[in-house]
Parts: sequence; structure tokens; C-alpha cells
Amino acid sequence: MSKVHVTTTVNGDEVEFLAEPRQSLLEVLRDELKLTGTKEGCNDGNCGACSVVFDGTLVASCCVLGVEADGKKVETVEGMATPDALHPLQQAFLEETGMQCGICTPGFLISSKELLKSKPNPSEEEIRFWLANNLCRCTGYDKIVKAVQKAAAVMEEA
Amino acid sequence: MNAPTTPPPVKTEFDVVGTTPIRKDGEEKVTGAALFGDDIHLPGMLHGAMLRSPHPHARIVSIDTSKAAALKGVRTVITGADMPTLSSTVVAAGEGGEVNMQDIADNCIARDKVFYDGHVVAAVAADNKHIAEAACALIEVEYELLEPVLNVHDAVAEGAPVLHEDYTPGAFLFPTQKALPNAGRLFMEHGDVDATFDACDHVVEREFTTKSVHQGYIEPHVTTAVWTGEDTLTIHTSTQGGFAIRDFMASFMNMPMSKIKVVPMEIGGGFGGKDVVYLDSLAAVMAKRTGRPVKIFMSRSEVLRGTGPSPETYIKVKIGCNNEGQLLAADLYLLFEAGAYPGGPIAPGTMCALTRYNIPNVRLDGYDVFLNKPKMKPYRAPGATQANFAAESAIADLAEMAGIDPIQFRLTNALKPGDMMPMGFPCPPLGSIEMLNAIKNHPHYTAPLEGENRGRGISYAFWFGAGLASCAEIRCNTDGTINLTTGSADLSGTRTTLGMQAAEELGVDNDLITTNVGDTDSVGYTFQSVGSRTTFATGIAVISACRKLVEEMKKRAAMEWEVEGSEVDYASGVFTLKSDSSKTLSFGEICGKADHTGGPLIADASEFPEGVGFQIAANIVDVEVDVETGKVDILRYSTLQDVGKAVHPDFVEGQMQGGTVQGIGWALNEEYFYDEKGTLRNPTLLDYRMPTSLDVPNIDCTILETPNPGHPYGVRGVGEVPIVPPPAAIRDAIKNAIGVSLNDLPMKPGNVLKAIWEQKGK
Ligand code: FES
Ligand code: FES
Repeated sequence: MSKVHVTTTVNGDEVEFLAEPRQSLLEVLRDELKLTGTKEGCNDGNCGACSVVFDGTLVASCCVLGVEADGKKVETVEGMATPDALHPLQQAFLEETGMQCGICTPGFLISSKELLKSKPNPSEEEIRFWLANNLCRCTGYDKIVKAVQKAAAVMEEA
Repeated sequence: MNAPTTPPPVKTEFDVVGTTPIRKDGEEKVTGAALFGDDIHLPGMLHGAMLRSPHPHARIVSIDTSKAAALKGVRTVITGADMPTLSSTVVAAGEGGEVNMQDIADNCIARDKVFYDGHVVAAVAADNKHIAEAACALIEVEYELLEPVLNVHDAVAEGAPVLHEDYTPGAFLFPTQKALPNAGRLFMEHGDVDATFDACDHVVEREFTTKSVHQGYIEPHVTTAVWTGEDTLTIHTSTQGGFAIRDFMASFMNMPMSKIKVVPMEIGGGFGGKDVVYLDSLAAVMAKRTGRPVKIFMSRSEVLRGTGPSPETYIKVKIGCNNEGQLLAADLYLLFEAGAYPGGPIAPGTMCALTRYNIPNVRLDGYDVFLNKPKMKPYRAPGATQANFAAESAIADLAEMAGIDPIQFRLTNALKPGDMMPMGFPCPPLGSIEMLNAIKNHPHYTAPLEGENRGRGISYAFWFGAGLASCAEIRCNTDGTINLTTGSADLSGTRTTLGMQAAEELGVDNDLITTNVGDTDSVGYTFQSVGSRTTFATGIAVISACRKLVEEMKKRAAMEWEVEGSEVDYASGVFTLKSDSSKTLSFGEICGKADHTGGPLIADASEFPEGVGFQIAANIVDVEVDVETGKVDILRYSTLQDVGKAVHPDFVEGQMQGGTVQGIGWALNEEYFYDEKGTLRNPTLLDYRMPTSLDVPNIDCTILETPNPGHPYGVRGVGEVPIVPPPAAIRDAIKNAIGVSLNDLPMKPGNVLKAIWEQKGK
């Protein structure tokens, strides 16, 4: 299958790659760009482990084609921390034990980041509603919800 | 299971244990840097894919791989015929049974027959996974269809199609005996059950069913095999136990164990489903044939069709008590699916169905039933959730029939420390009475619950847990820092809880310790991270290694002072000369002098602890039932658990909450749905629906601590029992809400409506 040349921006860096039209954005991120922080749990839009921000919209990257990224901006978990500091959400997930195995964590972090962008001070119900896109089999969600609440409070203060 | 021996008293004052440090592997997990099984890319690596049978039961007449092999980018195609012949098929299992390795090998790839929808018949390695998948579609398999056996009743009926002409009976925890053509059996009886029922004032008889559910780990199975020499194999995989994979592979590949290195990657959940080989042998054979590394990553539908699940069950319970509420007799008949091969969790399910109560006359008759579904796997307290749903629900109904308060009823009958257990030894220290009283006094239990169709339920559960083999190695660096390596896969933060035990034992700052999960070349044999055993059993190995290290360090200090090691005391990071307390050397100072006092400071330990101490948990739940639709909403949820000693209380709560939510999913909506042809109809996460954050409330946790004398700090296993009580508790709550008894899981809207109509009319 002939490949398509794609130019895109990932976490602020301009990158180029060759993708087969059948490759998902998830696959391209992981296998071509070696950004393996974004995870595959289902490959059909039902677990949220592959969540990324695609031109400002939260998407399941397994349901986007890699070639669609041409000229777009993609944000993944690898772009959340700065060299000096973790993102408040990352810090809060650590402090509140918002993870066990951690396979779902990148997806929850990206998804929560987008929630806090639109709702800086969400209620527990709003957090639970928003995060229902993301499956976690380990935690039972409570500590994830608490981590998001904590991060929201920290970001409000800042 | 051996009786625990009398151990030394447990420690009760702690510096590190009981605190909640941030886990050290956490940072790489929040940044995306952590390497899970699918995150490695080796030079020249090929990608594998499998062709799976669409039929639940068939003989393979022929497989034509020529078209697949001819596809550009395909490097090899294999079938069951290409797998090595096992030199020994039946090997000893723990506790006296045997395991048939050929069954496990055949479950990876079928040889002559397929036994379930999704059974692998061929595999391809190609330049990328799309090509590999396309090649699979070109493989032509001719099947001779056989009549499938799809439920336990059909399987044990006379004249049922026989799956295996001969079989090695399953031996999960306890061995079963050959009993029926399609079932092994575990039978236990004490007292005079039938006569006692006649003497009971109240007797309840119920039939319960539960459906198959999957462990549901978010990371699919994945492995990468690479031959590093003609006869040396390295496997990078996501597993609950690197040594288990190594030993299975040594058997499957006819290789010495020492020639196989298993490198455990970060693991994205297991819950009992990732402790055995599915992919490794296929990847290894294809890697050998191509001379290149081969990675295989399962799709989600392959995970659901071909791995896991926990068995569907049928359980008949008869149980009786007197007017005082004393349980006198119980009779359980349990049919648990084993799936395609023997060895499902019938034994632990049967054994722990009633263990939490003293009942003088008991008959347990359990069957491990072979039928045309995937080989059933352990799932967090294997077998206990199904058995507890049945037994605990019958007991709730019996208490109601006898007109006795449900907690009082349980208090009257609860197994207490010192009571004789069915295994033939007295119950070790266990906070059973404390727990039942804690329910009674819980603010949730005493709070009023108002509103139509709302009800509150409780349940109480028991689980064994495991000890088994663990190794730990501790090394001091000259700067006073410490590296700790164990063989235990870390599913949830155990590197942290093991490091904390080392810090506690050594009396040093927790930050000095870096803990890692060793590969199979770098540390001693350690059993899988299963049975809630890691923090408990590997913790004991860690503590033993620390004790040896301190003894060695005392000798080093003694050398400095030119005395005997026995002349030196050690506490809180400081070595002191007994005869002159002004003479001290710090832990770090001894580390720094290692080269001048005999060489690097290391210590290791191997342990096989027996005193697991057992696990108990209880739930309180409030539900609201929509009687129009049958939907059950959880309003409030509390769980209580005796954890012995919580090493990291936040992690303990995480286990309690995560297990409870899995139990809620099992209770309310998760189920495998097979059609009448034996095809799994819901192999996606849309249709196999696990709880989301919106489906559950906060799970309130009460941690009780009755120290387990089998661990120096009183720790007992934590991970498994939380999944057990929810189905019975939710059934109890529904009954109290609408007066309808649900005896079939899941208690999904359809089943709830059906029960309402049957029991109350439309
Ligand atoms: S992998 Fe994309 S939603 Fe599951
Ligand atoms: S932490 Fe394991 S799936 Fe969420």
C-alpha cells in the first residue's frame, strides 16, 4: 500500500511521517513516531486509553486516521509536563494515587485536561460524566475523581 | 494447605509502614514514559496475527496456508503442526494435583480440534500487523463440525458429546477427581447432612446462576520474542509472573529454563488473567523461523474471545438453621465451567463458599465442567464471587425466614479465631466478629434510608489468598542508597509497598530505596503476582533479606571496632557498640566502607510463607430500583476489609475500591453472551460493558487491622476479597427495596423486570 506524506504538529513540534492510509492516528503516534505514551485498549473507540487532543478537540486516536493529521495539531500525554514541572493533573494523580497499573492514566490525564479547560471547577458529577469516556479497571474511579478535583483546585489558585 | 506454625509476635510500632509515600514508578506512568508490553520496538521486529476458529467445536481437516505465505510482506505462517512436541505433558501441580501442559499448549494453538469460538488455528508474522491480518484472512481451513456443548447442564448430562477422550483432572488450589466424561469433581462431606436437615427449624433451598465475566484489564495481551542465540530466547511480555512464563515456555519449547529470559514489562492490569502463556510460544516459534524478533498484540475482541473469562456457574444451595439462628446443615451442588480444558476455579469456589461460618454438617459437591468455551481463568478471588453470591444470598434468605436480624444471624455463626476450619486446622487471628460489629456501627448502616423502591443490603465474604515462593535481593551502594530487586510483577504499586517494608526493617529513609521487578535472569524464582500474595509473601522475603543484611553490616561495624558482630546493636540506621554507646556508625557509613570491610554489601532471601492469614470483607449498599425499567442504581456504597496491617493505606483503599467496582459490574451488567451456535456475540467493550465512572459512586472504605501472625508486620493479602461481596450485597438491597429476589447474575434490567413480573405479577 503506497504511503502518504504527512506534516503535522505534535506537542508543539513539527513532525513529518509517511503513513499508509489505513493506519490510525494511534498507530502512527505509537509505531511511526514512537510516542508510546498513548495506549491502545480496544482500537474501536470504547476505552479512551488512546485519548489525544486533535486540533483542540478530545478524540479517540484509534478512530482518527493518521493521514487526517496533516496540517493539524496533536497533543499527547508526552506534551503535558514541562522540563521543570509536571502538569498539576499529573502531580495530583501521583499524590491522590489516581492509578494502579497506569495503562489508562495517559487517557485520563488528556481527557481531564480538556475537561478543566472548559470547566475549571467541575463538580464530582461533572467529572464522572466527562470521564465516562475512559475505562479504568483497576481503581474504581474514586481516586481519579479526587485527583481531578485536586488539580482543579491547584490550577484555580495558580 | 498446611496449618500455619506459631510465628514470633508481630511488630506494632511503625515508621514507614502505614504512611502513604508517592510511588516511585508513578512519574513515568503520568508522563507516558513507562514501557508497557506493546511499547517496545526492536530492530527488524515483525508483527504477528492469529487466525481463530469461528466454530466452537470442530475437527481440523486441513489448513492451506499457501496463499497467506505468498502475500508480500509475510515472513512465516504456522499452524499447530509446527509447534514442538512436548517431552513431558503431565507435571505435578502444587497441593498434590497434576497439570497437563499439553492442554495449555493446545490452548495457545489448536492441533487437531478446536474447542471454542476464538481458538487459534494459525498464526502469521509479517512486516506489519495489517499485512499479518490480511494474510490470516487468506488461510483456508477445512473444518468438520462437531456438536458443541454450551452449558454446564448439557455437559454433565448422559450422552453429551465428549470433549476430551481422556483428561487430566484440574488441580487449581486443590485437585479434582475424574468423575464424568466432561467433568472433574471435588467432593467433601462432614457430619450427617441429610438427617440434620430434618431437625432444622428453617430450611432454604435456592438455585443460583452467574454468567461469565472477563477480568477486563485495559491492556490487551502482548509479547515479543527474540532469539539472542541459537538456543537462547528472550521474551519481553506483560505478565503477572515472568518465572511462570519462563517455565511454561521451557516445557513448550523443550528448552532448559536457564536458556530462557523473561523480561517483565509494565503490566496494564491482570486480575488473574495474565499468569499463563497465550502468545509467547507462537511468537517464539515464528521468531525462530524468521530469525527476527516477533511481537504479537491481541485485539480487544481476541482478548474477550480467547482469554480470561471467569466461569459461568450453576449453584444449588440447601441450608438450614434452628430457631436461635444457628446454622446446622448445608448442602451445595456447584457446576462451574472449566471451559475447553480442565482446571477452572471450582476448588477454591467450593472451598470458600461457606468457610466464614461454622456449620457442623456440610456437603460440598463441585464439578469442573468442560465445554466449548475458552479455558476459564482465575479472576480475583477465583470462584469465590460466584460461590459467595449463592451461599450468602441463601443465608440472607434463611435469616429472614427465621426472623433474625441479618447481622446477628451472621454473628451467631461467624468463624472466629480458634474455630476449626474445613482444612483441618484452627482459624488463625481474623477480625470476623470485629467486622460484623463494625457494619452494625457504621454510619452508613445506621443512617436512615428513605424513598420508594430503595433498599439497603449487606454481605460478608471470605477468601484464602496465597503464600508460595518469593525471592528478594538487596544491594547497598557506597553512597548509602539501596537497590531492591524482587521477582514479583508490579500490578498496582507493589514496588512501593515492598520498598516500604525494606525501609521499615532497615530503619532507613524510604527515599534511599529503589525497587525494581527483576527479569528471570536476575533474581530467584518467584511465583506469579496472584492470590494477593505480593505485599505479603514477597514482603516476607524482603524483610528476611534485610535482616541478613543487617547481620552482615553488624559484622562490618564490628570489624571497624575490632570486636565480634554480637557486640554490635542496630537501630534506626545507626550501628552502636554495645559496650560503649558513644561508638556509632551510620548505615551510610558502613555502606561507604564496604570495599575495606569485605566487599559489596548484598543479601538475598527466598521464602515460602504458609501463614497467609486469610481475607474477609463486608459491604453495605443502598440501591434504588426503577420498577418500570428494571434498572438498579447504586446510591451509596461502603466496603469494610480486614487487611492485617495496611502497608500503604491509599493503595489498600485503591484495591478495595477497584475490586468492589469489578464486583458491581459482575452483579449488575457484565456478562458473556453466547448465541445458540456457541459464538460470542459481545466481544467489544461497547457490548461487554464494564462500569464507568458515572455508573458508580465513591466507594467508602473502612480498613480494619487484625494483625496476621504469619507476617512480621501483621500484613495479610488485600487484593482479591474486595470483588467477592458485591453481588450478594446488591441482591440483598434489591430485595429490601422491592421485595423481589434475584437469583441470576447479572441483575440487569431485563432480569430484574422478569423477576418482578414472576414474583409480583405484571
Ligand atoms: S484504544 Fe481508542 S478508545 Fe480504546
Ligand atoms: S489504573 Fe489500571 S486500568 Fe486504570
